[in-house]
Amino acid sequence: MSNFISNSIEYLPILLEGMWLTVAVTLLSLILASALGLLWALLRTSGNPVLAGPARVFVEFIRGIPILIVLFYIYFVFPEIGLDLTAFQAGVMGLALTYSCYIGETFRAGIEAIDRGQIEAAKSIGMKRPLMMRRVILPQAFKIVLPPYTNNIVMLLKDSSQVSVISVAELTMQGKMLASSTFDNMTIFTLVALLYLCLTLPLNFVMRRVEIMMGASK
Amino acid sequence: MINFESVHKSYGDFEVLKGIDTQIDKGQVVCLIGPSGSGKSTMLRCVNGLEVYQKGKITIDGDTVDATGANIDEIRTRVGMVFQRFNLFPHRSALENVMEGPVHVLGENRAEVRDRAQDLLRRVGLDAKMNAYPGSLSGGQQQRVAIARALAMRPEAILFDEPTSALDPEMVGEVLQVMRSLAQEHMTMLVVTHEIQFAREVADQVLFLDGGQIVEQGDAEAVLRNPQHERTQDFLRRVTHLE
Repeated sequence: MSNFISNSIEYLPILLEGMWLTVAVTLLSLILASALGLLWALLRTSGNPVLAGPARVFVEFIRGIPILIVLFYIYFVFPEIGLDLTAFQAGVMGLALTYSCYIGETFRAGIEAIDRGQIEAAKSIGMKRPLMMRRVILPQAFKIVLPPYTNNIVMLLKDSSQVSVISVAELTMQGKMLASSTFDNMTIFTLVALLYLCLTLPLNFVMRRVEIMMGASK
Repeated sequence: MINFESVHKSYGDFEVLKGIDTQIDKGQVVCLIGPSGSGKSTMLRCVNGLEVYQKGKITIDGDTVDATGANIDEIRTRVGMVFQRFNLFPHRSALENVMEGPVHVLGENRAEVRDRAQDLLRRVGLDAKMNAYPGSLSGGQQQRVAIARALAMRPEAILFDEPTSALDPEMVGEVLQVMRSLAQEHMTMLVVTHEIQFAREVADQVLFLDGGQIVEQGDAEAVLRNPQHERTQDFLRRVTHLE
């Protein structure tokens, strides 16, 4: 046990460095994925086949490809067609594209769950669709999607470990490198797991508070 | 003011409205009565384009109502609607519900709208509930907020789609009272209702619909006291029996 602690103190700074990168990758891709996801959801619920069709095809394509392959594709294939990205950029892009599809589907379900009466009430006072979305549908949909959206965020955070395969030195990558140089697998992977929990558990807690807050305002 | 010219509407093969011809004058209260499935709600919902009709023409002050047309949103700002299930915005307070249209659709000054909205809520007897959310209001209170929301747009006419049908019996009176006071101020109202007593008291005109057609229309007193058509007589016998 004392061995575990003294070794931990030695490894922790390196792992924390990786953890910050994990946070950065997750936050950036979350912002992008949420914005894109909202776009897919709005296109798919637009009622206009010219907009909804391509969005649906894109979402179903990306959802059907393993995230590792998406990352490989962006990092190794894109340079061949002239798009040279750093590992970090490619990682964020891969996560953002993949998760925009999951988040988009979550948002779409929320939008479609809004009672028709709300739409009719909004129309009956002369609201056009963009205003109706902003003032009536999205605020209510957001409340509905909060639990599944939280789930998306936690999954995204954990899936950010996948970008280690394209050499982004985030938490999992740092752990793997430390482990292969010290062979102290037990200490290192225990620490890595604990550090992930340090991120996911508070995240769950915060999101639950937000849920309660939003529920209470009703 | 509101004109129906041979309006037809169908859902697929099923014809809901089979040629509706009528006219609602400014300041009139017109009640639509008839058995369920007769097309009265559909007829009402065609007026502000919540339903599309396929043939004929509805005009409001000469402007044709076309649910897919460019001017439909503008028409909806002129014709308010009150729904059976209230359809208040649950994430906004009573006051915010009433202010929503004038502030965000018409772009009016927020402070002025607030004053007007407060007056309207006072008028429908909800001084004490301005900041309450719909979830904490009774059905009757919600419906009165919904009427205030429609009035806040300063509409030329208001459509009521069975405004008391979803209410507990003891709350019907308070909503009808508000509607009565609107009628006294000569608000143009088109009301789908099962409240025969209300129609008798308040309506200038009563239309009896059955099977997608206007079977009988005219002076409220005449249609309700002394119906000419057998189907109207039947219907009135049945509903007044239930009362």
